[in-house]
Amino acid sequence: MTGSIDVRAAEPRLEYVLRLADNALVLGQRLGEWCGKGPALEEEMALVNFALDLVGQARMLLSYAAELEGAGHSEDDLAFLRDGMDFRNLLLVELPNRDFAFTIVRQCLFDLYQCGLYEELQRSGDSRLAEIAAKASKESRYHLQHSAGWFVRLGDGTAESHQRVQAALDRIWRYTGELFETDDVETALVAEGIAADPAVLRSEWDNQLDRILREATITRPADDGMASGGRHGRHTEHLGYMLAEMQFLQRAYPGASW
Amino acid sequence: MYTQGLDQQGSQDNTEHANADREREAAFQARIDGEEKIEPRDWMPEAYRKTLVRQISQHAHSEIVGMLPEGNWISRAPTLKRKLILMAKVQDEAGHGLYLYSAAETLGTSRADMVDQLLDGRAKYSSIFNYPTLTWADVGAIGWLVDGAAIMNQIPLCRCSYGPYARAMVRVCREESFHQRQGYELMLALCRGNDEQKRMAQDALNRWWWPSLMMFGPSDNESRHTAQSMAWKIKRFSNDELRQKFVDTTVPQAEYLGLEVPDPDLAFDEESGHYRFGAIDWEEFFAVLKGNGPCNRERIEARRSAHEEGRWVRDAARAYARKQAKRAAAQAA
Repeated sequence: MTGSIDVRAAEPRLEYVLRLADNALVLGQRLGEWCGKGPALEEEMALVNFALDLVGQARMLLSYAAELEGAGHSEDDLAFLRDGMDFRNLLLVELPNRDFAFTIVRQCLFDLYQCGLYEELQRSGDSRLAEIAAKASKESRYHLQHSAGWFVRLGDGTAESHQRVQAALDRIWRYTGELFETDDVETALVAEGIAADPAVLRSEWDNQLDRILREATITRPADDGMASGGRHGRHTEHLGYMLAEMQFLQRAYPGASW
Repeated sequence: MYTQGLDQQGSQDNTEHANADREREAAFQARIDGEEKIEPRDWMPEAYRKTLVRQISQHAHSEIVGMLPEGNWISRAPTLKRKLILMAKVQDEAGHGLYLYSAAETLGTSRADMVDQLLDGRAKYSSIFNYPTLTWADVGAIGWLVDGAAIMNQIPLCRCSYGPYARAMVRVCREESFHQRQGYELMLALCRGNDEQKRMAQDALNRWWWPSLMMFGPSDNESRHTAQSMAWKIKRFSNDELRQKFVDTTVPQAEYLGLEVPDPDLAFDEESGHYRFGAIDWEEFFAVLKGNGPCNRERIEARRSAHEEGRWVRDAARAYARKQAKRAAAQAA
């Protein structure tokens, strides 16, 4: 295998599965960066644990994507040999970790989203997706319990931690609009009973987030200048560096098996 | 007169104390000789306690610092499966650190104190982690050689006289031997791969072989702690015995991989059934121990900066817990 795999013109179901897979893979990769840097050993273990779950989800989803693609690719081909323009993840998950507040706020927003999404997808007409969703749903609920717990603890902790959480949320907020965007691909799959309806997910996400914000004494930012593009391969500048690092060995030694 | 009388009184007390101590020590040694486990509430000589705190906390620190060289490759693991294995392994090391700190805490030293000692350089950790991980093969070499050497050291510790340490080691050893097999399997994949991969594997063996032999510590006639630790059954085999066992086990594994052990003096001695190996460069060992290895500064800096940057998080968690307790008290009133 040489060069990059081009999956830009994917059929809707493959497109959708890749979106789910890339969210998990990219955030898993980010969380793995916390190894050796956590504020306490227990937290380091928790964050790497989430990374393990997410990379595990990515493997299941990418294997399924490879089957749907039918081009003889493996999960690793799809993870390590696509260029940034072929990654479909949300911008939110590719943002650098910054401090623990930023990581926790991003995690909480994402976990809330995943919980709603995978809860719905357990009833997907696509049985493979439904199976993966059953596992991912359980994991996401556990992650949410942890990230929401820290969101509140830091928000309502010291003046410094409060300020850090508010600053993190203010910075991240413009990347949350994309979570609930829809396009022809998803509209068609929702109609077929395969994908989850973003409009349904949004209201539950809003309700739950408001409850967490109240408890954390954190103010919800205004929806202003929302960013978009991840689903369609238009990313921030951060993704390229992440992929360069993640894909290094597969790119440097084409065709080797590890 | 009076003061002299007091002095005499005091010296009589001291003699009585000394006699009582000698009796307690004899009883203590008898329990150890009878293979009884010593538990946290039992009386123990201060030196025994100190030796154990030093050894267990060093062991815990080694697990934590050891996460760094391997963690260095998490973001670059070549397949998703390898990435999962590596993350799970590094997480196991954190877990080992946690229960070793707990075992040491049963001896009356807090984890916070032990961590402070690591960060300000008073406490040591295994020197092997002051070497860098330069290629992906180093992840395999650490699993195969470093965890392999650690297991040789640690299996006898499952029978250590101090109960909490012995019990912690049972679980640690189970997980370490799993890591060792994973590391060897990673090396095997490289050695069955292309020439570039084989070169990577050989280079890793070249760099990790001698530091792995040094992991067993100075030669028996140079080792300060061996004799007393053996008598207390904290240690069951000498450094040189364990090192020999490691060489005997590992050389055939290297041969199976098709790799060359970087020791021109290595030869199998038919008569004794052991491999004879070349002289270890103890100057290098002591230089690394002193702080002049390739990564000593980087490792401690990494731990310090995690600790410093996490301070506000730990403060926030405590502040929140206090607020919650106050709220609960107000509600109850």
